[in-house]
Amino acid sequence: MDIPHFPFDAAPGAALDSSSFSSLLRKMDPDAAGGSSGMTPVEAPHATTILALKHATGVMIAGDRRATEGYSIAHRSIEKVFRTDRWSAVAIAGSAGPAIEMTKLFQTELEHYEKIEGERLSLEGQANKLGQMIRANLGLALQAGLVVVPLFAGYDDRARVGRIFKYDVTGGRYEESDYWATGSGGRDARATIKKRYRPGITADDALKVALEALFDASEEDVGTGGPDVLRSIYPNIASITEGGFLKYGDDRIAELFQELLRERSTDTTTEEHVPGAERPVSE
Amino acid sequence: MSLPFYVSPEQFMKDKSDYARKGIKRGKSVMAMDYADGVLFVAENPSSTLHKISEIYDRMAFAGVGKFNEFESLRMHGIRQADVRGYSYSRDDVSARGLANSYSQILGQIFTEAMKPFEVEILVAAVGEPGQPNELYHILYDGSVADETDFVAMGGQSEDLSAYLHKNYKPAMPLEEAVKLGVAALKEVENRSLPNGNLEVAVLDRTRERRKFSRLTAGEVAAMGPEAPGP
Repeated sequence: MDIPHFPFDAAPGAALDSSSFSSLLRKMDPDAAGGSSGMTPVEAPHATTILALKHATGVMIAGDRRATEGYSIAHRSIEKVFRTDRWSAVAIAGSAGPAIEMTKLFQTELEHYEKIEGERLSLEGQANKLGQMIRANLGLALQAGLVVVPLFAGYDDRARVGRIFKYDVTGGRYEESDYWATGSGGRDARATIKKRYRPGITADDALKVALEALFDASEEDVGTGGPDVLRSIYPNIASITEGGFLKYGDDRIAELFQELLRERSTDTTTEEHVPGAERPVSE
Repeated sequence: MSLPFYVSPEQFMKDKSDYARKGIKRGKSVMAMDYADGVLFVAENPSSTLHKISEIYDRMAFAGVGKFNEFESLRMHGIRQADVRGYSYSRDDVSARGLANSYSQILGQIFTEAMKPFEVEILVAAVGEPGQPNELYHILYDGSVADETDFVAMGGQSEDLSAYLHKNYKPAMPLEEAVKLGVAALKEVENRSLPNGNLEVAVLDRTRERRKFSRLTAGEVAAMGPEAPGP
């Protein structure tokens, strides 16, 4: 690629009147912008379970670390949670390659807008933009089976609440009021959150629920990776509050995971009983 | 058929230069200087939304003086070039030198080919990694580039400002002292008081995370006490 150069008769900036980075990229570097061409379904790594839930001071967003390719594990420690600006994040499920690329484009898009316009794009605006980007990927999704379905979460500094948006493959945008989980283990994760969640849950409790939901999904779904103590690979979990995006460290997650294991193992010992012991003995 | 008047190239270029200089002279001033943690920008700007100083990329910022629409279009070009480059290659491949070069080409071409030259002077600054020097590229209306060190002053009072900074500038000043110096310099050359609200102050601070650019609010500037007499 040459250094983008504006001839003087199209004074710099005059050629483009929008602050959208993706449209700029299509003009300046179409190779980097990508695009769909006739394709048959391809086998490519798949990123699996992601979730988001609201808590009292914002929103929690999380994902496991496994990517699969058919029945084999493509990657053990892929990252699925990405900070997109100070108060928002995307978690990705579906085809890993296009999803990561889409996230990178989305991150640049938000920063580009902020620099050109001098102010951040609103959370609502960000959610809509992501929807458009998913719709732009529809061709790839239909022709090559490269479906990307992210979750978008952020702290809305105008409404002063955490918000969660889910998407379908056509770019349809749906706002969730409490929580959502998607990907191959999404249904299992949702089952756990449903039991544990209550509105106004504290951030600490939400963190535990997120970890437990991912752990349960990993037990029920082959595509979802559980915490890997041997290699110290733990789920990515981040919280977005008024103070911004904060990713929890592996140490914290490891500690909570050990706690969860202790709780569960004591659960099984109390349930352990000698058959017939509780039955009233009647001669 | 009438013959066009002959104007020697020297005269033609000189006229354009004079025209551009006059335009720049009318505008307010901006200065940038190295301080302990990076690069500080101070400008007089009555508007709090129409900026003279702006973020370009992680370690880079832009400052412009002269005609607003002209340096604003250059600012946008800089952001566009940097973002496309950083996206296509890597964030580390976006360099201030590359951008300064591109600006120089554009301004040079406009100066020689267009009816009217741009009445602007711009500055591309990049903060160095710890232990590395900062970069200050000062680009003039005709595309000439100067690679400056320590400080740069541009705009209406650039000569007086440079002289003042030359006398009072000290390397590796803490931020507070640098802000005081900058504001004192503006007051000195303008010879009047400047309300804090009329100041645009920003830094490229190498201690920050990825994006080094940050604006200082009027409150923060006031807290640094620039009302006190200069150093």
